[in-house]
Amino acid sequence: MKRTFSALSILVTLSMLLAACAPAAEAPATAAPATEAPVPVEPTTAPIQVPTEVVYERSETLYVSGAAWGPPNDWNPFITWSKANTTGTVGLVYETLFMYDPMTAEWIPWLAESGGWVDADTYEMTIREGITWSDGDALTAADVAFTFELGQQYAAIWFSPMWNYLDSITVDGDYGLTLEFTDPLYQEFANNLYNLAIVPEHLWAGRSEEDITGGMNENPVGSGAYLYDTHSEDRNVWVRNENWWATELLGLTPAPRRIVDIRTSSNNVALGMVIKGELDLSNNYLPGIAELSTRGYVDTYFAEAPFMLSANTAVLFLNTTKPPMDDPAFRRALAFSINTDDIVNVAYAQLVAAASPTGLLPSLSAYVDQDVVDRLGYSYDPAEARRILAGAGYRDVDGDGFVEAPDGSAIALEVTCPFGWSDWMEAIAVIATSAQEAGINIQNVTPDYGAWNTALTDGTFDMTLNNWASMSNTPWTLYNLLFRHPIQEIMGSGNFGRYDNQEMFDLVDALAAVPSDDVAGMQAVCSDIQELMLTDVPMIPLWYNGLWAQFSSSVWTNWPTEESAAPTLPTTWSGYWQLGGLMTLINLELTPTE
Amino acid sequence: MRRYFGRKLLIYLLTFFLAVTIDWLIPRFMPGNPVQNMLSRVAVHPEAIDAMRGYFTRAFGLDVPVWQQYLNFWAALFHGDLGVSVYMFPQRVADILMRAVPYDVALLLPAILLSWLAGNKFGAYAARTKWLDNTVLPFGYTLTATPYMWLGILLAWVFGIVLDVFPFAGAYSYDMSPHISWRFVGDVLWHWFLPFASLFLVQFGGWAIGMRNMIIYELESDYSHYLEALGAPRALVRKYAFRNALLPQLSGLALQLGVIVAGALVTEVVFSYPGIGYLLLAAIQNQDYFLIQGCFLFIIVFVLLANFAIDIIYVLVDPRTRRGMTGETA
Repeated sequence: MKRTFSALSILVTLSMLLAACAPAAEAPATAAPATEAPVPVEPTTAPIQVPTEVVYERSETLYVSGAAWGPPNDWNPFITWSKANTTGTVGLVYETLFMYDPMTAEWIPWLAESGGWVDADTYEMTIREGITWSDGDALTAADVAFTFELGQQYAAIWFSPMWNYLDSITVDGDYGLTLEFTDPLYQEFANNLYNLAIVPEHLWAGRSEEDITGGMNENPVGSGAYLYDTHSEDRNVWVRNENWWATELLGLTPAPRRIVDIRTSSNNVALGMVIKGELDLSNNYLPGIAELSTRGYVDTYFAEAPFMLSANTAVLFLNTTKPPMDDPAFRRALAFSINTDDIVNVAYAQLVAAASPTGLLPSLSAYVDQDVVDRLGYSYDPAEARRILAGAGYRDVDGDGFVEAPDGSAIALEVTCPFGWSDWMEAIAVIATSAQEAGINIQNVTPDYGAWNTALTDGTFDMTLNNWASMSNTPWTLYNLLFRHPIQEIMGSGNFGRYDNQEMFDLVDALAAVPSDDVAGMQAVCSDIQELMLTDVPMIPLWYNGLWAQFSSSVWTNWPTEESAAPTLPTTWSGYWQLGGLMTLINLELTPTE
Repeated sequence: MRRYFGRKLLIYLLTFFLAVTIDWLIPRFMPGNPVQNMLSRVAVHPEAIDAMRGYFTRAFGLDVPVWQQYLNFWAALFHGDLGVSVYMFPQRVADILMRAVPYDVALLLPAILLSWLAGNKFGAYAARTKWLDNTVLPFGYTLTATPYMWLGILLAWVFGIVLDVFPFAGAYSYDMSPHISWRFVGDVLWHWFLPFASLFLVQFGGWAIGMRNMIIYELESDYSHYLEALGAPRALVRKYAFRNALLPQLSGLALQLGVIVAGALVTEVVFSYPGIGYLLLAAIQNQDYFLIQGCFLFIIVFVLLANFAIDIIYVLVDPRTRRGMTGETA
């Protein structure tokens, strides 16, 4: 018996140690992951000097959470859909040519020292001199050209459509680049400038298509402020790159030596950790933060409602191929019937702000035509909703309290969101209730994510929430989501309601072709888009989802708030490092200990 | 002997084949398209999305007819290839499982063996002590009737939140990376304890109750009375009763294995313990055919192997089975 016990305990301990140590043991293998194809990558193991402490010093470590929704899987900057789980792959390790500050609408030259259109079809760019990859090689214009050309070679890379209007990219010396275009989509190109991560040619040139589009890219070699340190199922650890080029060239050094990005098992765990000061920055959506922020347990960007900056717009997509959503009058009535205040105050407890009917974020308010909004905008008004319904022939024939279609057929609709997205589940309950009060029979339904997603892209839903346009330099990003065209069998990434209006599509295309520095030109097209959008109401923007951020100053201080001199975005979400997230790290300071 | 094991092996192989086939079928009945879900958040041109969808549908082998997918699946399985995960793309399912399985083994083996040993000892002991019987019996019934998940939540709440003495999520602390040191080993054990305890307690209650009832039954049987009438010491009678009571407990273990593994899966979800259960939940939510298959494959193999082991042990401890095999008794 005794022997069994001790043998057993040894077995248990060993297996657990093996389990825990496995990822670490795997990590320092070869540099090239090379899944299958025999890739002739140079056998150099990158000489990265990663410190080897195993217990992290609290005063050197920044603990963050809220970006990842799954375990870390890859460090490949071209697998964009999983980047949330290894946030920092683009931004901390790999860097972009420019950064964009949505708070000031300013472009910040980054890997590129300068860049601009010399004529309508030519863009010239100079790469900063003195940038090195973390393995010591210099970053030059050839690396940039190589990265761009990957999109030309492989259709399965996200930026490959740029090559529909990009003719060539030529290297001029070590640091100069010239891009030649035919009918460029200026807005999309500008967007790519701060989203396209540049990779080192000397380590990527020999890789196969499989490896580039879907390889894990372990031990990434980038140019950024941090290096990959380690990971496990519930965390990513990044360690500061002590030889980062910007320290010398721009005088910038991020304060935390290590960043531990945690995937908390639930939002409650994140909440407990941030209150206890175990977590420095939580980018999770935590209901009830309003109360905790007011009482001073945590800090938020605004000291009062809505507490959070706005990150994206939650839009109610209406399936315009199904009656009665194919009737603009019905859609307009619906827009008047939704009690957005209840969503903001009840479902979200004041953590969000109601959206402009145009859907444009406050950071893009320069492109809102207030005159159009005043004339055609809508807000919660059940009486007006009933009036429009009656006017369009929707009447309650059978006396059940809900209107029937003009042809007498019953109306029974569903509003959906994925199960488990608690804030949206409450929001669609408000939508259903307030629509019912206005006489429209809508029930809230919450399918599993997979089923919801299939209904969304196949267009079998009635109405559903979506917010897949992130913060951006241009209103085109939102319109590209709302009015994605052409209409296809599967609408994978926009215009889920299949709103088919060539006039609108032409306007969005026109906007895409306005040079991104021509603000007046953009405003003119946006005004036309808004006029048509608010007349037709193909979808209903409801509220701005917050850039959820609650932080604790117990270890790190100088977090961005509305009172900061030059506030940046307090976020670790993937895709936001280039929008100011990195600057937030750089501005951090150690809280003085008494 | 050979015929007995030959027959057993055949049954196990048949079970394996059927279970794996069901395992392959069920995820494919789920509504939705995994590749579509995987790519749904890539906000780019529709053309790029189309190109990517086609590319990855081919990469996952989902572009061929279903019957061919099934044959390919078996072919790959015999090569030890479980495919690439959709949810955790581009990681290979085999690699993911290799990382998770040790955590399951670390939970399951000790919980199953210790609870069986301790439960039986304790049940036998309780059967002869009146006050213990009166207190333990209701307690044991409560424990064994408790759903694993519920006890897990209760333990997490009491020891993790109210008393704050045990962590209730993850396999080791956030401020360390894996290495060999007492501090790290202690940390790993500290995280392991609550999920282990919730598995152990539920099973312990079941075995204790079972053994207590069996002992009472055996003590009432003819051979016990005969032994007593011969004047055998009480301890000797109990020893024989215990031995005889162990046999049904052993077959009970074989029957219980599936339930126990299922219990471990939900326990891992409760404690965010990075084993198969935790993976399986995420895999189902994300329609990851390959990861679901892999997780169930592990469960199937584990349960079958454990059953096989019990079959062998049974032969060793029960002479009647041995005799039955060689045809000594009718």
